[in-house]
Amino acid sequence: MQKQTISLTVNDKKFTLDIDVRQSLADVLRKQGFTSVKQGCGVGECGACTVLVDDMAVDSCIYLAVWADNKKVRTTEGECRNGKLSPVQQAYVDAGAVQCGFCTPGLVMTTTSFLERNRDRKVTREEIRTGHAGNLCRCTGYETIVKAVEKIVDVAEEE
Amino acid sequence: MFPIEKHHMATSIEDAVRALAEDETSQVIAGGTDVLIRLHEGHGDYRNLVDINKLDELREIRMDEEGNVLIGALASFTEILEHDVIRKHVPVIGESVNTVGGPQVRNRGTMGGNICNGAVSADSACAALVHEVDLVIQSPEGERVESIIGFHTGPGRVSLKQGDLLKHFRVRPGNYKGFGASYYKYAMREAMDIATIGCAAAVKLNGEKIGELRLAYTVSAPTPIRCAGAEEVAKGKPLTQETLAEIAKAVEADVRPRTSWRASMEFRLHVIRTLAQRVTRQAAERAGGTF
Repeated sequence: MQKQTISLTVNDKKFTLDIDVRQSLADVLRKQGFTSVKQGCGVGECGACTVLVDDMAVDSCIYLAVWADNKKVRTTEGECRNGKLSPVQQAYVDAGAVQCGFCTPGLVMTTTSFLERNRDRKVTREEIRTGHAGNLCRCTGYETIVKAVEKIVDVAEEE
Repeated sequence: MFPIEKHHMATSIEDAVRALAEDETSQVIAGGTDVLIRLHEGHGDYRNLVDINKLDELREIRMDEEGNVLIGALASFTEILEHDVIRKHVPVIGESVNTVGGPQVRNRGTMGGNICNGAVSADSACAALVHEVDLVIQSPEGERVESIIGFHTGPGRVSLKQGDLLKHFRVRPGNYKGFGASYYKYAMREAMDIATIGCAAAVKLNGEKIGELRLAYTVSAPTPIRCAGAEEVAKGKPLTQETLAEIAKAVEADVRPRTSWRASMEFRLHVIRTLAQRVTRQAAERAGGTF
């Protein structure tokens, strides 16, 4: 099968990898030890495999690894700095938004992107919910997740 | 791993067209949010891929010198809905694509794929139909332009031939200037769902009356459709509840919904009639009208 060499950065570290063109980015990341990237549904519905590619949230299970050539990839492993959780990760802990934990890495990356894209504006609870609609959680009922996000964004008053 | 047998990363539009024309089993892959799922499910019809992801010229969204709005085939739903040109001139296209899947899918999925895969439920199809967008297509013989009207030829089928590559959508000024437009997606959930019925309307007013109505539906016939009968009935009518009721009545003859596991034919008809009124009204109000 066709092999290809790709160069990318994952959490600011450079990688040059020989990959099979049939591989998803999720496959390749997990093989490199980034096991926070979970494969859930495999069809882009559950969001457990969410990573940021050039700061955009994508389902890495339906993203070909060849597309990551020359791109900057972020997973939740890279969000902690010097042993300290990122504000998003800390908010999840503080809000008790983690139960079984399988969906958490993907949700943390979705929130990270949501936060970065809404930096200079107030967001509504409704926008938080639609902004996280691509991630399924079967434990929490989402309430604690929305609360975690509310801790770190500028929340608009409900009308 | 996806059961891909051949993967060609196109280096230019010409290269993509040549690769597509050369091998009749080849298929275009853009955002991958449909094709990779088909492959994941084991379908054999997408094993030979021509990948257009490196063709950045197909990502462009802009207005040209003649006032046409151009949307590149590879522009993601997110890029479309956040673009100033779209917000200002054809906002209903942005509103429509904002109803696709969830954020991650919108960051990858493209309007090019949404239209070219021929889906009867395509969220961008209604907006494309009411704005009568043109499709600018490259083939080995050269460039040609087709209208979205008639582009869908059957469920999952469009009038593209082997070797054709959609370059961009073009909305001519006459098809958006002076129109107010609206889209409503009726689905079981508010996100990550396929439309049970989608409906868009564009209205141009003539004084206090409807000058022109363009009404389009998805999942209401074997292809996305416009409603000639209802549009004719609306012409020259005042902005009243009676007019809306007449449009809703006339639309029954334009559609051919069917029963599926998502909804029964009768329920679909009910939604179709209801949306005819609701969406036409909102479009007229956006055009500056009052009821």
